[in-house]
Amino acid sequence: MDFLYPITPNHYLALSAVLFTIGIAGVLTRKNVFMTLMSLELMLNAVNLSFITFSKAWGDLTGHVFVLFVVSVAAAEACVGLSIVIALFRLKETVDVDLFKSLKN
Amino acid sequence: MMLEAIVFYILAAALVIFSLLMITRMNPVSAAITMVGAFAALAGLYATLNASFVSIIQILVYAGGIMVLVIFVIMILNLREDDLVPMKVKPFWLILVAAALFAAILGPVLFCVLPNKDWTWAVLTPGFGALAMVGEKIFSDFLFPFEILSLILLTAIIGALVMAKRKL
Repeated sequence: MDFLYPITPNHYLALSAVLFTIGIAGVLTRKNVFMTLMSLELMLNAVNLSFITFSKAWGDLTGHVFVLFVVSVAAAEACVGLSIVIALFRLKETVDVDLFKSLKN
Repeated sequence: MMLEAIVFYILAAALVIFSLLMITRMNPVSAAITMVGAFAALAGLYATLNASFVSIIQILVYAGGIMVLVIFVIMILNLREDDLVPMKVKPFWLILVAAALFAAILGPVLFCVLPNKDWTWAVLTPGFGALAMVGEKIFSDFLFPFEILSLILLTAIIGALVMAKRKL
């Protein structure tokens, strides 16, 4: 069991992979559009975790800067995505992704 | 350092448990609340990785901004009871699909990295990950992308307003 200790970058990368897989499973299995969007955020955060890990492993701050960029773009994406959801809900009266076939009537 | 390992395992367990709870909740509001817990655990992990500024931003932007936005929209839409479909997949199949995805997509990447046992952390300069050093990096090497980012946010604001408006 000596792979459990000490904590190396590999532990953080494995955790990041697990988190990403949970995010994919959420996107693939849920029908509610909010759950899809939130699972998407989970996947973005898994990638952020590996960015920060590599940043510490190589002593380079570029990873931190990229994480800040990803967070800003995720905020923009959530904003636009949720407004599309509002417009679609007004049109279809549902949040089931399987019933969203077109953006117009 | 034993303490570091204990903190890592506690935060990792909290992160995985909260994420699994999140993708299995029937009600999107409770999913959003559990996701705030997952983001808090993630912020703790960032703090163990010497990323103090990113850790604070994680709490401020995700837990304080994006999740509040999601909860607002869920509550504005006023979903009926039959809109809230529970997970139709059995947990067994979910685990199978997740394991297959893990093996197919991320397994090969991990197997390239994991055998490298003596790969360890770099020797860090004092103040690594603090606001001063991150800011210096942004405003020297990444000045142009940073300015483009403000344009992206402006576009997102205008786009969201145009799309969510009833009549233009």
